[in-house]
Formats: sequence, structure tokens, C-alpha cells
Amino acid sequence: MRATVLVRPKVGILDPQGEAVQASLRTLGFGVSNARVGRIVDLELDAADVPSARAEVERMCAELLANPLIESVEIQVEGA
Amino acid sequence: MSDARPVVAVIQFPGSNDDRDAILALEELGADARLVWHAELELPAGTGAVVLPGGFSYGDYLRCGAIARFAPVMESVREFAAAGGPVLGICNGFQILCEAGLLPGVLRANRQLEFLCADVTVTIESTANVFTGGSEVGDELVIPVKHGEGNWFGDTALVAELESRGQIVLRYTEDVNGSLGRIAGVANEAGNVMGLMPHPEHAVDPLLGPVGGRPILEGLVAAASAWSLIAAL
Repeated sequence: MRATVLVRPKVGILDPQGEAVQASLRTLGFGVSNARVGRIVDLELDAADVPSARAEVERMCAELLANPLIESVEIQVEGA
Repeated sequence: MSDARPVVAVIQFPGSNDDRDAILALEELGADARLVWHAELELPAGTGAVVLPGGFSYGDYLRCGAIARFAPVMESVREFAAAGGPVLGICNGFQILCEAGLLPGVLRANRQLEFLCADVTVTIESTANVFTGGSEVGDELVIPVKHGEGNWFGDTALVAELESRGQIVLRYTEDVNGSLGRIAGVANEAGNVMGLMPHPEHAVDPLLGPVGGRPILEGLVAAASAWSLIAAL
């Protein structure tokens, strides 16, 4: 089973990396009013079904993959 | 009494790079400082304090400090801290303690997105911990910083809580990295665990520049002596 975790800087949280990307894009002439940079974690896991996979990935996020103080997560699970 | 020098364990993670400086500084200030490899399960017998040094443990993968908290020795550090033993995290060590949940908040990328290497001035904001007990609130210390991710953050409720309990220990006198409230160092509620971004171990010998690190490390060594006596009872 595959799962993808999208980790984003929380709304309202300063994202210096995103600001640098936005400034660079504007320098290139693109009309970008905001850019936020996060990360993607692709996982392959042994889970019986989608709900149990999702529950497990939620625990992974809480314990390691994201810091809830500054990051939000979106979990996508696709069945095998 | 054979040797009155308290044992201070300096944890060496893969990627630590200020571990030997910490050993030198602590020895200079009268401690029996021991390097402890991250894969050890136990702290040395009679450990009076633990230092998590600066560096880039595990290459700063995922988030700074996020992986180091799983090091085998961290279980012992956690128990030592829970029992009341003094634990000081410097720079990457501060990041590790935050990720491990032993200290509040998180360290993010500097506001200016640049690595910052400079002597900075910090003010003692609280003496409600075992490290700054020998200082006065308002004392200013000049200590070097060198970090890319020293921008401390906590939400409004957390900051208010920390303020009211005296857990904000150090503030930069000027905004150097975007850190919320110019916070440079925080302690836990009990006051036995503290983390700071400046490097006191690099500010001990006048030959090398400012000596603002001395009061904090002297506090640590004194706390280590006190803890050794308590633990021996």
C-alpha cells in the first residue's frame, strides 16, 4: 500500500524559504504573490486496508514526520 | 573525598562538532567532562549533568534534532532529566531537546535565510533554573552564535505560559534571526533542563574573545556538583 504525506508550513507561520522562492520567481518576471515550501514523504507500507494505513500514517506524522507546532499534514492513501 | 570534580557527560552524536570544545570548556571550569557516544545505553556512573553539544546531528535530516532524539543514549538522558538532573542543550542540542519534547517550542530557519555567525549580546531574563542562579536578571552576556536554524517559535498561549513561569531564560538584545520575542534560551518548568542557541563553550577563555559563556557553564558545573551529592544519598 502506498501513502503520501504532504507537510506544509502552517497557515500564518513564517516561511522564509517560501519567501525566498517567491522573491526569486518575481525576479524572473513571474507574477507570484505568495509561495510556501513544504516537503513530500512517499511511503510504501504493509497495512491490511486503507483505514488502518491511514491511522498508522497519522501516528507517523505525530511521532516523527511533522512538528505540529509549525507544520500541517495532509495524508493521501492509495490501496494496492 | 577522592575527586571532587563533578562528572559531566557530553553526548556525541554522529555530526556533533562542538563536543570537544564543550569538554575543554567544562574541564577548564572544574568538571570531569566525559565524551559519551550516542549508542551507549547508560550515562557514566555518578553523572552530575548532561550536555547535548552543537553540531549537525544526523545531517539535520527531516528537521534539526528530529532524528537524534531516537539515539539509544537519549532514553537515559530522558530518565536523568525526569529525575531532576541538570541537562543543557547548546545550539543543535537545544534543537534536539525541543524535538524530544523536553523543552517547549521549536527552532526554525533564520528569518534572513542565512547562516549567522557572530558575537551577540543576550540578557538574563530569569534565574528560575539551575544554570543562571549565579546571575542577576538583566545581566548582559556576550556569546557567539553560529546557526542557520535558531529562530525560536511557540504559539501565543505557550509564550504567555513560559513568561509567567520564568522559563524564558535568555533574550538577544537585538533581533538577530527572527526569533519570537528575541528568545535565545528557554528552560523547562522544573528549571533543570535548558537550551540556548548561543555557544557558551566558545566563550570561556579570554584568549579567544568574549567570556560571556562562563556564568552559564559555571552554573552548570555547580549544578552538576549539587546533583552528584543528591544522587549519591
